Amino acid sequence: MSTLVSPALPQAPRPAPRIALWMVLGAILGALVVMVGALFLLPPAVGWWVALAGCAGAAILAVAYAWERHNYGPLLVAPALALLFLLNIFPLMWSFGLSFFAFRANRLAPPRFVGLENYVGVLSDPVVWERLQTTALAVVLTVSLQMVVGFLLALLFEKQFPGRRYLLILVLTPMMLSFVAVGAFFRYYYEPTFGLLSQFVRIFTGQPFILLDTPAGAMAGIIFADAWMWSPFVMLLVLAGLVSVPKYLYEAAEIDRASWWRRFRTITFPYIRGLLLLALLFRTIEAFKLFDVVFLLTEGGPGTSTETIAVYVYRLAFQYFRTSQSAALAYIILFIVIVLTNLYLYFVNRRAREA
Amino acid sequence: MAAQRRPIGEAGWGRTLGAGIVAFVYFFPVLWIILTAFKTYSDALAIPPVWLFTPTLENFVQVFSRSYSAGAEAVATGFDRFFFNSIFIAGSSVLIALVVGTLAAYGFSRFPLRGNDTYLFIILTTRMMPAIVVIIPIFLMFQITGLAGTYLGIILLYAVFNLPFTIWMMKSFFDELSPDVEDAARMDGSSEVRLFFKICLPQVVAGIAATAVFGLILTWNEFLFALLLTGVETRTIPVAMAQTIGGDIGVRWGLLAAIETLFLIPVIVVVFVLQNHLLRGVTFGTIKR
Repeated sequence: MSTLVSPALPQAPRPAPRIALWMVLGAILGALVVMVGALFLLPPAVGWWVALAGCAGAAILAVAYAWERHNYGPLLVAPALALLFLLNIFPLMWSFGLSFFAFRANRLAPPRFVGLENYVGVLSDPVVWERLQTTALAVVLTVSLQMVVGFLLALLFEKQFPGRRYLLILVLTPMMLSFVAVGAFFRYYYEPTFGLLSQFVRIFTGQPFILLDTPAGAMAGIIFADAWMWSPFVMLLVLAGLVSVPKYLYEAAEIDRASWWRRFRTITFPYIRGLLLLALLFRTIEAFKLFDVVFLLTEGGPGTSTETIAVYVYRLAFQYFRTSQSAALAYIILFIVIVLTNLYLYFVNRRAREA
Repeated sequence: MAAQRRPIGEAGWGRTLGAGIVAFVYFFPVLWIILTAFKTYSDALAIPPVWLFTPTLENFVQVFSRSYSAGAEAVATGFDRFFFNSIFIAGSSVLIALVVGTLAAYGFSRFPLRGNDTYLFIILTTRMMPAIVVIIPIFLMFQITGLAGTYLGIILLYAVFNLPFTIWMMKSFFDELSPDVEDAARMDGSSEVRLFFKICLPQVVAGIAATAVFGLILTWNEFLFALLLTGVETRTIPVAMAQTIGGDIGVRWGLLAAIETLFLIPVIVVVFVLQNHLLRGVTFGTIKR
């Protein structure tokens, strides 16, 4: 990594740059003026294109500026950053601003500045805490189930055996499926009359079994579907850890006649510990956003017993139209996700350094 | 090394049998859907469920045109359009993300900026954050600019949605290349442009393919953005599927299973092709091995 640029290369004499910084800045300013002017003065159909042309002109000049100075880094990442800014960072800033105003997307009333009122309102709302509890319960249950099942699957597929590659495909498929498809599957399997689950239970009880009708059953149904989908993810990470264990350690353990448990505790586990932690964090971040499966399977019901925080934000925004409150709540979620992502990357980097 | 009796890390056919049973049970929900797709209306609703039946393609025909009441004339459902939309939107957005993202990944990998890691962290965060955080402003932006319900809007949005993933993925591939070849080429006076196109890019072709296919699947599966930002003309399969489940077909499970089977087949093919890159793909390139 450190030898990216060799120090003592013979450099061809560079021609003096022809484009100065003031030209680029001037072009950007000009493009801004043209853009504003075109959007306000010209008819929209023409205005858009004129504005676009102005931006393109400024961009071309900026590219030429960086090119002449062999400043490739900024040049290469600029388009990506611009796109990300336009459709990710700018909306983020917008909703951050929105969270300080009273605003409903279905009313014509202009936004009114209210300071931290939305945050105070959201954090003191018992409903929000209830939804957070539901989410926490779902996250803990689904992630621990995934960790256990994924781990066991990984042990099963640890060694090489005939046909391993093809059987792995069967197990890995659920992870790549769409939430919509999985939601639809499980709706079918949980269906009271014709669903497989109900029919199976009926063999023993003689009664149709309506899983999604009780709060506990609905939660179990969601968790089962989600864990089924994501256990292969944990398996994949644990397998990666298992493969990295040097074989000579096992050979030595065999000579020492170490028991299976001792071999696992002293050799295998230290090698997969890091990846287990990463799997745990990654799945927690993802499970925290649990939305699609809930939305398709129970729509938060019965009542609101399985309504996770992500579903609640969606309802706040698009059903109750409390737009700015939902933005405030979304920002609180974002904060938690950022903390978790930071932690995740910290462990990723630590693992990379150790390797 | 002396010949070993039973090489460590290998198991025999016994393990194949055990793993086979587990894999079959694990895959069963998918398998049952695929089977149901080939059942007639009454077979799909049979109690107890039937295992042996005469397969029919009737459901697959009905995905595209069906009659809503007995004896009525068959009406086109628009699913051919939705399939086209899904393919077209996923294809174009992944192409944009790939071009822009590969350049950026190369930049982040070879010409680190000041605060390189901060940029990368922000980029990863935009992928990790719940879509719900940005969806309201994006929804408002699309309403104001008239992009809502257009191909251009959803393609741009998906391109940006795929960008963080593409950048991290491609950066992980560029980081793995040995710098020796590049240094040698530089020594021989190769220009930076030539270096990128002739030396680096050819070495990561497999990576580009893996990234592209992963992006295609992510886009193909995406639901929330599509639900809020596509119109009747630009609707994608997941949205159409969700509406069909909640809407007009009632308990015609065979039909639903047929839609799902058509939707799933590309995904299963991809898992088959991508097995070696799966770990890197699902962790957005943060974990390589």
